[in-house]
Amino acid sequence: MFELIGVPPQALFGQLLLGLINGAFYALLSLGLAVIFGMLNVINFAHGAQYMMGAFGAWMMLTYLGIPYWGALLLVPIVIGALGILLERLFLARLYHLDHLYGLLLTFGLALIFEGLFRRQYGSSGLPYTNPIPGGTNLGFMFLPWYRGWVIIVSIVVCLATWFMIEKTKLGSYLRAATENPTLVRAFGINVPRMMTLTYGFGVGLAALAGVLAAPIYSVNPIMGSNLIIVVFAVVVIGGMGSIMGSILTGFGLGIIEGLTKVFYPEASNTVIFVIMAIVLMIRPAGLFGTPR
Amino acid sequence: MRLKALALAAAAAALTATPALAQYTDGGIKIGVMNDQSGLYADLSGQGSVWAARRAIADYCKTTKCHDKIEVVFADHQNKPDVGSTTVRQWFDVDNVDVVVDVPTSSVALAVHNIVREKNKVMLNSGAASSDLTGKACSPNTVHWTYDTWALANGTGNAIVKTGGDTWFFLTADYAFGHALERDTAAVVEKSGGKVVGKVRHPFPGQDFSSFLLQAQQSKAKIIGLANAGGDTTNSIKQAAEFGIVQGGQKLAGLLVFITDVHALSLQTAQGLILTEAWYWDQTDANRAFSADFEKANKGNKPTMVQAGVYSAVYHYLKAVHELKADGDGAAVVAKMKSMPTEDALFGKGQIRADGRKIHDMYLFEVKAPKESKGAWDYYKLRATIPAAEAFRPMDQGDCPLVKK
Repeated sequence: MFELIGVPPQALFGQLLLGLINGAFYALLSLGLAVIFGMLNVINFAHGAQYMMGAFGAWMMLTYLGIPYWGALLLVPIVIGALGILLERLFLARLYHLDHLYGLLLTFGLALIFEGLFRRQYGSSGLPYTNPIPGGTNLGFMFLPWYRGWVIIVSIVVCLATWFMIEKTKLGSYLRAATENPTLVRAFGINVPRMMTLTYGFGVGLAALAGVLAAPIYSVNPIMGSNLIIVVFAVVVIGGMGSIMGSILTGFGLGIIEGLTKVFYPEASNTVIFVIMAIVLMIRPAGLFGTPR
Repeated sequence: MRLKALALAAAAAALTATPALAQYTDGGIKIGVMNDQSGLYADLSGQGSVWAARRAIADYCKTTKCHDKIEVVFADHQNKPDVGSTTVRQWFDVDNVDVVVDVPTSSVALAVHNIVREKNKVMLNSGAASSDLTGKACSPNTVHWTYDTWALANGTGNAIVKTGGDTWFFLTADYAFGHALERDTAAVVEKSGGKVVGKVRHPFPGQDFSSFLLQAQQSKAKIIGLANAGGDTTNSIKQAAEFGIVQGGQKLAGLLVFITDVHALSLQTAQGLILTEAWYWDQTDANRAFSADFEKANKGNKPTMVQAGVYSAVYHYLKAVHELKADGDGAAVVAKMKSMPTEDALFGKGQIRADGRKIHDMYLFEVKAPKESKGAWDYYKLRATIPAAEAFRPMDQGDCPLVKK
């Protein structure tokens, strides 16, 4: 703790802000996972691969079709989301009556296949993607690139909109009801399987959106998702599996904690989230915002 | 399994029996290329290295009559020392592999290095960087072929300090390689009158370096030394551009940058970067011819110095083994390799020192600006050639027990 004194407050503000930006990615990704788990009871291990496909999608649209970043931001989540819908119809829908483990194994296998295919085609060292909003502003305590500011704004808006849709709208209430008791909801004439398909597509689309957002700042390579996904799973577990607001708040919160670790003890910055996860699981096994099922 | 292998070997030996009976274990030479086949170093080593090893055999057998069965196997060590160790033990104990080639990722290389010595086999290391392989950990069974952290530090570090970059902050990958590269570069910087003002060690592999870059920015060091490799380096450089590090007056020193990294960054982002390499595809006609064939077999990529080093190392190994007519005693093969001068199409003439260090010229390159580049993969301009005698750590400074003082 002595080092706290060694770090000037400006530096600390800078690191907090950076942590918040990384947290924005965690929040977006864990939100998708939480939505999918909450509605479908599927642990979507392909989430990292779908994030990677989002980034590659942006690169492909630019390279092959000439569609710039702003177009990709809208189109890629739709395309990858549609791909997710296809996956759900072809494979996942057949596993709902089985244990979670089968869904996990299936999606994990799919993730490995996707990564392998992309590695085969594009290699492992990554592809360049130009930053659409270069430059930035000096905040006094740090230089904030415009693009990172944009990432935070998009992430917060998307997270809140999703939360609002699921918790406060009629559609959301159907979704939540279908999770609680699908048979009863079906009796009211609501097409539950279609709703689940669309939910999976939406969750996958969120992952792809995070991927497009990541393309200009992280190296676009086939393993970019697998590096991130384990952390994101920890975020979801800490927040409480299936809790929407929980995963958003934990995503941002853990981004900040990780950011601070990078200042005080950088070597531990990869592990700190898992230490927190272990502690949370010991004290609150259902996660910080979860309700025991 | 073993019986079957022996039976096969016997059959193969009977078919290819030569008048002068060579003492090859398992009736032939088995070369195991071990590297990263799926992770962040797969493009700079990976299948390209396997191709280079096969090419070396083909080229060698064109000039010399190869009577013996020469085979190449390969494996993915996933950059994990435990995976590398298990694989290499299986190779030696079950599959009769005679020589392990490439092995990037210093932590894996050091683990494999010890097993190779214990089993008296041979390691021809092209991919790993740690200068400890021919320093305090040196072994009579290992040849370190292409480059090492000392050579990189000496090339890039020296050049930068000489042009005024005298205060350094290190961004270091937190494992054996990063530590070695940081240590060797810091030594060069301090020796040339520069100063290291700070360092931060990041987990390997990393994704977001903005926090570390911010710390580097606040250190006010003139030079930010990137003691990392592969995707970590490209991510650092990409994000440094984003955070306006270079516009702010600080410069980046990529201490280990491969041509595949420059390709991944694009010239727009990588221009002006100074780096040290042992080999570049566009230097000689032989290099260009090799690269043209390589490109066809490897999705349009040009070979890295690591892959070229695999070619050169395997070529020389075959020469030594054919001269000895035996491949069973690893230390004897390496001793033979050291006693013969090296010569091949890609690395020209050179030699292997007593500590296992292969020496040759190293080159200081600068990455071209987009407008200077005449086509795909035209990325480097030569700034200086570092002669073989000066390019590597003098033997008496390495603390290698094999070297008599």
